[in-house]
Parts: sequence; C-alpha cells; structure tokens
Amino acid sequence: MPRQTVEIKKSNKRKYMLEKLSSRLFQFCALLSVISLLLIVGFVFYKGSLPFLVDGYSFFDFLFGVDWVPSEEKFGILPMIVASIYATIGALVIGVPIGLFTAIFLAEIAPKRAAKLISPAVQLLAGIPSVLYGVFGLALIVPFLQNQLNLVKGQSLIAVILVLAIMMLPTIVTVAETAIRAVPKTYREGSLALGASEIETIFKVVVPSAKSGIMAAIVLGLGRAIGETMAVILVAGNSLILPTSLTDSVRPLTTNIALEMGYAFGTHQEMLFATGIVLFSFILILNFVLAKISAKGGK
Amino acid sequence: MNTNGIKVRMNNSTLVQEPNKEVKISVRDLDLFYGEKQALYSISLDIHENEVTALIGPSGCGKSTFLRTLNRMNDLIDGVKITGNIMIDQEDIYKSTDVINLRTKVGMVFQKANLFPMSIYDNVAYGPRMQGIKNKQELNEIVESSLRGAAIWDEVKDRLKHSALGLSGGQQQRICIARAIAMKPDIILMDEPTSALDPISTLKVEELIEKMKKDYTIVIVTHNMQQAARVSDKTAFFLSGEVVEYDVTGKIFSMPSDQRTEDYITGRFG
Repeated sequence: MPRQTVEIKKSNKRKYMLEKLSSRLFQFCALLSVISLLLIVGFVFYKGSLPFLVDGYSFFDFLFGVDWVPSEEKFGILPMIVASIYATIGALVIGVPIGLFTAIFLAEIAPKRAAKLISPAVQLLAGIPSVLYGVFGLALIVPFLQNQLNLVKGQSLIAVILVLAIMMLPTIVTVAETAIRAVPKTYREGSLALGASEIETIFKVVVPSAKSGIMAAIVLGLGRAIGETMAVILVAGNSLILPTSLTDSVRPLTTNIALEMGYAFGTHQEMLFATGIVLFSFILILNFVLAKISAKGGK
Repeated sequence: MNTNGIKVRMNNSTLVQEPNKEVKISVRDLDLFYGEKQALYSISLDIHENEVTALIGPSGCGKSTFLRTLNRMNDLIDGVKITGNIMIDQEDIYKSTDVINLRTKVGMVFQKANLFPMSIYDNVAYGPRMQGIKNKQELNEIVESSLRGAAIWDEVKDRLKHSALGLSGGQQQRICIARAIAMKPDIILMDEPTSALDPISTLKVEELIEKMKKDYTIVIVTHNMQQAARVSDKTAFFLSGEVVEYDVTGKIFSMPSDQRTEDYITGRFG
C-alpha cells in the first residue's frame, strides 16, 4: 500500500505551532543568563585589560603596588587586595564557628519548637538588604569600637570583619544545616548504640559525614564576604593604606570600585575594571574550589 | 476466648522455666506507648544467657520496638513512654540513668549495615575509643580480635586503613558485628541483620551467630522463619504488640500451642 500523507488537522496545527514557539522561548530565556555572564565578564576583562595591553602599564605594579593615586597615574591595589583578604579571613574566623554551631544546634540539639523559631530568623537575616547591615554597623558597631578601643575613628578592619561575619551567618547556617540533616539517621543510631554520647556522636560521626556540605557552606559564605560592597563601604573607613592592625581604616577591592567609578574616566576607569578582574578571579577560584568539594562529596 | 483470658494465658506461657540456665534479661509487664498509641502490651519473658533468642512476627508487630527497649534506643524517639521492668543482670535498666554504660554492655547490629564513612580500623575502634581507650597497642589488639570474632579478619586484614564503605554488603554487616563485639558487650541485639544480604552472606552471618553464642547472649529479630529455626534456641512470636507464644525453638516450629503461631509459621498470614 502506498504511503499516504495524512493532513494535520486544522485545529491541531495551532497546537504544533505553539509547541515549537514555546520551546524556543524557554530556550532563549535559558540562554539569557549565559549571555549575560559572557557579556559582563567580556566587558570587564576587555576594559580592564586595556591599560596593560594598550597603554603599557605593568600588571605586576598594579597587583603589588602600594600607592593608589589616580591623579598621579599611580595604580597599585595591593592594600585593597590585602584588606579584602584580611576582612574575609577575619569574618571566617568569627562567622564559621558561630554558623556551624548554630547549624548543629538547629539540626541536632534544638527541640522542634526552638528550631522553628530560629530557622526563619536566620533565613530572614539573609534577606536583609546589605545597606542596612552597613547602617547597623555604622550606628552600633563603629561607635562601640570607637569607645571601647579608644580609636580616633571607629571605621576599621575589625568593624568590617564583624559586619561580614554576621552577613555570612545565614549562608553558612542554612547550607551546613541542610548538610547535617542529610546525614543518615542510621549513623547516629550506630554511634549511640556503641556507647557514644550525643555530643561525641555529633563531632565524631555526624559532622565528619557532612564534611563536604559544611565545606561548601564555608566557601559560599566566603564568596558572600569577599563580594560584599555596600555594607563594607559604610564601616571600612576606606583609607588607602596597607592594613597592619585590626583597627586600621581599610579599603577592600569592592569598595574601591564603588567609590570611584562614579567620577572616573580614561585610564583611571579602566584600572577600576582591572580591580574588578582581580575580584572576579577570587570568586572564580572560590567557585572552582566549591565545584571540587561538591564533586568529592558526590562520590 | 475473652481478651482478659488471653493475657493471663500469655503471661504464663511466656515464662519458660529452665532452672539450670542463667536468666540474662528479665522483662516483666512491659508496656510501650508512642504518644497515645500503644505498641507493646504487657510483655513478660526471660532471655537466657548464652542462647540465641529469635523474635518473629509480621511487620509492625512490635518485635523491633521490643528489641530497642533492651538498649534503650527508643529513648531517641520523642514521646515514647515505657512502663514495666526490664532487668539485665538483676538491674533495672530504666531505673539507671547511665544509658551509655547500658549501651556498652548491650551491643546492637542494625538491619542495614551502618558503618561510618571512615576506615575499617576506625569503625571497629570507634566504641573502644569512646570508652577512653587511647593506647595504640591495646586498640590494635581489640580491632584484630573483634574482626577475628566476626570471622572477617582474613578478608580485611590487608586493608584496615581503607574506607569501610568499599566493602560488600555482607562484609559490611560482619564489620558491624565486629564493631559491636569490640565493645566487649554481654548481649548483642540484632535487628534483621541479614534482610539486606544475599544468601551466601546470610549463611556466613548465621554461622557467625552460631559461633558467637558461647560468648554472648544474642537476641535477633528476623522476618525469615527458616533463619529463626536454624539459629535460635528460643523463639518468641509477636503479634500486634503482644507475645503470643514464647518457647524452645524446636517446639514453636513443630508443635506450637497457639493456633495463631501455627498459622503464622505455616504461612497462612504475615
């Protein structure tokens, strides 16, 4: 029998059209984020590399120079790199233990009612606009430090560290709590049945089993801290010095860009983009580490 | 038959008289509630030393719940209430507050091997370390003798430092047994220890149980009737939270005195 082409029913034609169209639309939406990423990265890298590739500035001097005086063509960002790293590490030292203990408390120890109260509070903390963290830091932490430590100016590295530590808490708590809750109940039972106490069980079995998730929590918190701008501007003091003590006024990478981009032009502006490249590289490295950790945890 | 009648008869028949055997665990009038719901009804039975006691019965009959009262694992569940007495070596385990000590004396092997994500050595040494043993020599000896005791030493002696999770299911379960032995307990509770294993691994675990009973008192929950018949000395048949019949295994499987026991073991329900 010869093959017959069957006419598609008229009413179904529209359906097939719509089908095709909507799948294209979804595809486009999905591509949009990739395109945005490429555009942003491409633009920042293009603008940021101009002074080194075209104008002959030394990238080494840029990274390791200690003077940032745009009017004199001096573009050294070492103080900012150091400030960013110090602030992030400091925030980690304070934020990680507190966040981790909170997560352990919520997942393992807290009675259900207490957990129900604290969990939303922690999540709400994540939703507070960062400028409000800055205002809070400026209104409370800065004057407090100024009085307690007898500083000329309370805006300092330690103020940045404290604000960032609070800001990274929700990230660390939520991700670590999820990781801890994902540890099979049978591990806990096994440990308790072997005569371990609850605390021993938590620290010898549960936390080590959730290690990769907890590491992911820390790295995510770190990413949040290093990229934070608005809150930091308000409490950092923004002085262009290589920080040598916790009470020094500092200017991390992010605030340098935010403070000067408004009025910068020419090489100065391109150097701010270059600062962005450095910042972006930090984030990229963190993401790479995170991917490594997740891959390891998946095994 | 009225319900009251059942209870009286049950309480009498569940106390097997064996004057020449030491009673290791003595349970009297044990009731257990999950919140409002009662899961165990006035359980009374004696478990004798150096014997294997099997608990059989359909799913949800309370046999696992009962097993978990013996090392107070039910304490972990919110809203569990227990009345009655459980005496181990003439000591009421619910009167004492030292749960940790109880659990070092009453080891447990779970349905699914639950080794920790650490090395074989660390898994077996976990319990002793929790008891404060730090001496390397001593730990080495405990680990070796426990693994030998669980008949798995030869299979793993060359990879003690490897992750325990790389072993087969049957091997993992025997490491779990070794881990329980390492505590030097008197009693070992097993909650369907072979239900996730293939027949060959099951056979190995059963042989092991046979060997272990000269050193330990073993209470095993099993869904597998042949297993109960093969490994146990006494069998208790649970139904809807009650012990219907408790007797010498041979008798339970050849001439049960309760119709319901007979129905169950001949496969008419459950």
